Amino acid sequence: MQIYKHSWTRFVAEVAVLVALFTLVQYAITTELLSQYYEINLNSMCINIILAVSLNLINGFTGQLSLGHAGFMAVGAYVSVIMTNRLDLPFIAGVLAACLAAALAGFIIGVPTLRLKGDYLAIATLGFGEIIRVVLQNIDYVGGPSGIMGIEKLTTWGWLFASTLITLIVIINLVNSSYGRAIISVREDEVAAELMGINTTRYKVMAFVIGAMFAGLAGALYAHYFYIIKPDTFNFLKSFDILVMVVLGGLGSTTGAVIAAIFITTLTAALQSFPAIRMILYALILIIVMIYRPQGLMGNKEMGRKTLARLWGGKK
Amino acid sequence: MSLMEIKNLHKSFGGLSAVLNFNFNLENNELVGLIGPNGAGKTTVFNLITGVYKPDKGNIDFEDRSLVGLHPYDICKRGIARTFQNIRLFRDLTVLDNVRIAFHKDVQYGFLSAIFRTPGFFRGEAEMEAKAREFLKIFKLDNKRDEIASNLPYGEQRRLEIARALATRPTMLILDEPAAGMNPQETQELMQLIKWLRQEFKLAILLIEHDMPLVMGVCERIYVLDYGQVIAEGKPEEIRNNKKVIEAYLGEEVN
Repeated sequence: MQIYKHSWTRFVAEVAVLVALFTLVQYAITTELLSQYYEINLNSMCINIILAVSLNLINGFTGQLSLGHAGFMAVGAYVSVIMTNRLDLPFIAGVLAACLAAALAGFIIGVPTLRLKGDYLAIATLGFGEIIRVVLQNIDYVGGPSGIMGIEKLTTWGWLFASTLITLIVIINLVNSSYGRAIISVREDEVAAELMGINTTRYKVMAFVIGAMFAGLAGALYAHYFYIIKPDTFNFLKSFDILVMVVLGGLGSTTGAVIAAIFITTLTAALQSFPAIRMILYALILIIVMIYRPQGLMGNKEMGRKTLARLWGGKK
Repeated sequence: MSLMEIKNLHKSFGGLSAVLNFNFNLENNELVGLIGPNGAGKTTVFNLITGVYKPDKGNIDFEDRSLVGLHPYDICKRGIARTFQNIRLFRDLTVLDNVRIAFHKDVQYGFLSAIFRTPGFFRGEAEMEAKAREFLKIFKLDNKRDEIASNLPYGEQRRLEIARALATRPTMLILDEPAAGMNPQETQELMQLIKWLRQEFKLAILLIEHDMPLVMGVCERIYVLDYGQVIAEGKPEEIRNNKKVIEAYLGEEVN
């Protein structure tokens, strides 16, 4: 994890690769080379990556088991839709408001619950996630249980690409800094971390707020892609879906979370052709992975430039 | 004026008084031992000093300011570092990261600087790594800096824990049974290391230890604790011949 030298050539190369990737997909979408079916899956993939990577910051790096991620996604989705649909503000205002509102919700929920540990924290966050959903169900302004329909489709590939990229950059840079090491030390040994001068409560809340903020971003993107939002979309099963990605990818591995998000989105899409046995197959695959690779696909390792270079250059 | 002065410290858990009327003082650059039978309350005293527990009564002054009620991380910032009886390293992290975390309280760059990878970030990280490697060199762990802490042999884990504690730049170092589980050869080396550290870093050291040759060999003064109370205090040779101490360890003579 030592990346202390700034290299302009590498930076330029990375930007070039990203621009090429973006342009290629954009071209495929505009020319309808990529059918709508694949486009939808690509978009879900991006949203799931944002969700999994941000939850991994809380569950994997900080070691705080949170089961309320869908709640923050709901906050983001609803706030952004109120901005664009009800107040006729531009999409960017909706997205920013979604991030802020979700971060605020994360702070309000995080401060009291992060005193709890392990299972207790999991249950408390699960409860808060459900509270958010039930509150939304009872507000007529946002349509109550039937939600809001007719949301303009504003989420473009550009938005998804940029959002996913920003999420990844922020979380990877955070984790690979002194602040990130402070966050990880909380997971490793809270007592020892405190005695090394680290205000563990502050870093737990920090990770929780940042994680919630990106869940809000994912919510905003989701709402403006799928035309309709209703409270039930963001129930605890959604939180579990995200958790499954994080655990499958390996707690504490950002690349693991990305790979798992891609894997699960693809799996869900592929299994749509077998509606009757879909859930059984899905569960079976997860069980098999957990038996043969309980630490998750990546463990707590990252796949970085070095690993890619090694794979590229053959065995070494 | 003493570096640390503890007056009438009390701590009980339910009906059990773990520490009773504990009085203690420590001068700058002094090396003091705290001994006593198992369950005498030694580690509780350490936990009270470092803020892990809050005292029921009494006061702890460090550099003339009270430590009571401060969080452990604030106490660390005031200049007290410790190791643990049962090693508490950041087990899944590398040796280097274990030490670098100790520098975080003085981190030189801001949060946004880390996210945006500003030049300040690279400078700060390079500086932290250089300092961490300096500490690892002192403890002969530099060649193992990329190893995962839990993979180190026991003696090296102990050394790493001391390195990590020292990396917080304390004026007072608290060692909780540093020689536990070490063979006589390693204990001997540890004794030299403790003496040397105290000179080199101008430290005051407080240590709990069951290994009597070590305690008698390095400590200038010794406090003996039994049932939460100080039963004796003095130079090693005074303690060695103290009747109460012998009773506490071996029991009374039968007539």
